[in-house]
Amino acid sequence: MLTFTLIFLPLLAATGLFFVKEEKWARNLAFAMALVEFGISIAALVQYFLYCHCHLLFRLDWLASYGISLKFGIDGLSMLMVLLTTFLVPIIIYTTFGQKINRPASFYSLIFLMQAGLMGVFTAFDGMVFYIFWELALIPAYFIAAFWGGKDRIRITFKFFAYTFSGSLLMLVAIIFLYFRTPLPHSFDHIWLYASNLKPDEQIWVFLAFFIAFAIKVPIFPFHTWQPDTYVTAPYPGSMLLGGLMSKMGLFGMIRWMIPITFSVLNTTNGLFIILPVTGIVYASLIAIRQDDLKRLIAYSSIAHLGLVAAGIMVLNAQAMQGAMIQMISHGINIVGLFIIIQYIEARTKTTSISELGGIAIKAPRLAAFFMIILLGSIALPLTNGFVGEFLILLGMFKYNMVFAAVAGLTIIFSALYMLWMYQRVMLGNTNAVTEQVSDLSWKEMIPLIAIVIMVLWIGIFPGMFMKMAENGVGQVIGIIR
Amino acid sequence: MNSIISLSVLGVLVLFLGILKKKTWLLPLILVGLLASLVMSVLHWNMNRSLFHNMLIIDNSGVAFSSVLIFSTFLIFMFAAQYYRKVVRPLDDIYAIMIFALVGAVLMSYFGNLIMLFIGIETLSIALYVLAGSHKEAITSNEATLKYFLLGSFLSGFLLFGIALIYGSSGSFDLYAIHSYVAEHAGAGLPPMFKAGLFLLIIGLLFKIAIAPFHFWAPDVYEGTPTLLTAFMATVVKTASVFAMYRFFSITFFGIHGVWEMTIAVLAAITIVIGNLTGLYQPNLKRMLAYSSISHSGYMMLAMVAFSGRTANALLFYSISYSIATIAAFAILILVREAMGNDYFGSFNGIAKKNRIEAFTLAVAMLSLTGIPPLAGFIGKYFLFAAAIEQGWLWLVIVAIAGSAVSVGYYFKPIIAMYFREDNGIVLQVGRPFRISILFLTILTILLGFLPFLLSGLI
Repeated sequence: MLTFTLIFLPLLAATGLFFVKEEKWARNLAFAMALVEFGISIAALVQYFLYCHCHLLFRLDWLASYGISLKFGIDGLSMLMVLLTTFLVPIIIYTTFGQKINRPASFYSLIFLMQAGLMGVFTAFDGMVFYIFWELALIPAYFIAAFWGGKDRIRITFKFFAYTFSGSLLMLVAIIFLYFRTPLPHSFDHIWLYASNLKPDEQIWVFLAFFIAFAIKVPIFPFHTWQPDTYVTAPYPGSMLLGGLMSKMGLFGMIRWMIPITFSVLNTTNGLFIILPVTGIVYASLIAIRQDDLKRLIAYSSIAHLGLVAAGIMVLNAQAMQGAMIQMISHGINIVGLFIIIQYIEARTKTTSISELGGIAIKAPRLAAFFMIILLGSIALPLTNGFVGEFLILLGMFKYNMVFAAVAGLTIIFSALYMLWMYQRVMLGNTNAVTEQVSDLSWKEMIPLIAIVIMVLWIGIFPGMFMKMAENGVGQVIGIIR
Repeated sequence: MNSIISLSVLGVLVLFLGILKKKTWLLPLILVGLLASLVMSVLHWNMNRSLFHNMLIIDNSGVAFSSVLIFSTFLIFMFAAQYYRKVVRPLDDIYAIMIFALVGAVLMSYFGNLIMLFIGIETLSIALYVLAGSHKEAITSNEATLKYFLLGSFLSGFLLFGIALIYGSSGSFDLYAIHSYVAEHAGAGLPPMFKAGLFLLIIGLLFKIAIAPFHFWAPDVYEGTPTLLTAFMATVVKTASVFAMYRFFSITFFGIHGVWEMTIAVLAAITIVIGNLTGLYQPNLKRMLAYSSISHSGYMMLAMVAFSGRTANALLFYSISYSIATIAAFAILILVREAMGNDYFGSFNGIAKKNRIEAFTLAVAMLSLTGIPPLAGFIGKYFLFAAAIEQGWLWLVIVAIAGSAVSVGYYFKPIIAMYFREDNGIVLQVGRPFRISILFLTILTILLGFLPFLLSGLI
């Protein structure tokens, strides 16, 4: 029942908010609903740990004659992603307070619609239902970016939509095709899809369809071309939703669907497909170094970090996959934190260009401190959240292939390079005309950052609880592969 | 049967009201009459009778489709008052002809005999030739009717010739008799005369449905025809023709691999490609909807090559989802044309700001036609695609899905214009019944997406 509520409540909130006229009411209601949703996910967490780590299953016949049922459940993988989503959405809504938003009710309504989509994606145990929620999350994301976005938004967001939609259609073909390869009577249930009987050449096509769909969403090099422009042009809450949550849909989809069904392709191709994310790590890092726009830099760093996660998933060992799960959570938290900081900087200086900034730390020491902690998390310093995940991924990759691991390991060096250099140019040094009047953070502004910093340190220092969930979820996937 | 009689009587009554000059009574009478016919049609459920020596066969699939046709016509009439509100003269002739066209369409969904099919198609077509030209003062309307009439009557000749050849070889017009003839000759191969007849018959039907390469009339005719009647053409006429074709194939070739399957599949693929690619380059919504309807005919052809127990139902669901979305799109098109005088995409700029319900309706309609879950259009497409993959038409489904991906390029044009472009400040004049109707269509589109099982196991 909790699982159902987790999906249904955002839908309800989205519908309800559509009719709210007053701005103040809309934002308060939105924030309250997001907190309630977070509360429910905590309840689900408690229940998850109390009752034997089993699925909180919810099943309802939907199109029984077509083998589709509304089957939702929460296992270790889902639990982590659900927690991440319900944790980030209230933060994202909070950061919109005090800003002038055109048509606030529709804005919050779309955020909840997207949350409903994400919840469905992370908890679906039925292939077709997974696909439906996958698309349900895309539409509001597109509208948020295109309606509230910045310069040249129509062209950029349309590219984003067309790109991701084409990818997901490939996945749809693959899912329907798999359905007809399941044992009779066919079903979209995940257990049946896992058991589908594919010839080797069919396996490759199904794998490619899944891989491209997920690679576009993450995005993995060379399917990333929509991403930097979209992150830059989207409004801050939109970038946070895209970077923090939507990119995880692709990675999650890999673990939940692609790996268990077509892992043998990865075994027989000897790491051919791992070359892509590993190349992406180096490529995106090199580009990130040269970026002058803060948002764009974060966008490219995101390609690098998520490329490492994708590589970690595809080497098919428990350690790396577990690290990938943790790193998905950490990256979501860190990127939202970084976007919040950039938002604060832009609100104060009206620019995100690195070369125009400088010396902010003198004027705003609190901002500088928060920025530093989140940044260290992002470059994987020990005792921060980024370290746990990336260390495990690299460890797992070393077992798989030394060369890949060595190249992928460059990400840590590179990210330290571009992140710290960026920090140096933005925060340190002397103030200039632009940054002279910068004020420090108020208490109100610090609340979301405090929440994020707590998570950065919690996962970094006591990752036990999160590791347990990841271990449980990954264990099942690895069990299928063996 | 009762519904056919009641519809015919309704058409005559409408003409009488026209003679009596009771203009205000027309639409209420029509709406009530259509509802009554809809109820009668639904009451035929599970009746399973054949009438007049198998001329008409009342079976559940026929009942379902004829109910959809009557329902779509009802919805279109809900918008008639707004569309014709500046016209002073009584419109009994146009309304009556629409209802007679509907009678033809209903006959096409019950036929058990090729003669009946021809009568149905001609009743429908002749009425449509008149309707296409019903805006007498407009040169585009005259162009539309002339093009439609010349091509349509020529292709009706094909149809009739095909029926004659089939009769010549099989010795019967009756679908079941033709089926036993086909079954008899299935092993040794059908004689050339039958094949030629089949070929001509198929061409005649494909023309009505606007399948490439017989689709060239559609954009011009759709554009020239008065918009309300274009909506009628794109939904009722299309649904009736597609189902008539399905009915013919599914009965005469029941359990036998059709010789025509590959041809239809290739034509469907060509239609999907042409419809979607050309749709990208249309400057206005009406022409775009014409190409959208062409590509949707292509998707519906998937049903022709993929017979299984559930294909008829897939086609039914698809027709419903396509019809309600298309009618909704045309309804908004009517409003914008009225306010702006044209329907170029620029006319839609920023209308979402002041006309939220209307913009939302059009957006949902476009998303549903694109096939984005969880709207009705997605479920319809899924049913058809699944049926096709089940029968081994994977390549055709991949073409169809690629077509859907391309279609984003044009279905999103009005959405982008309405929501993301600068406001051009128009406020659409919308009456209350009109607004309720479009809201109803929107809710139906969303509801069928969430609760597809309501209609998934019917026939």
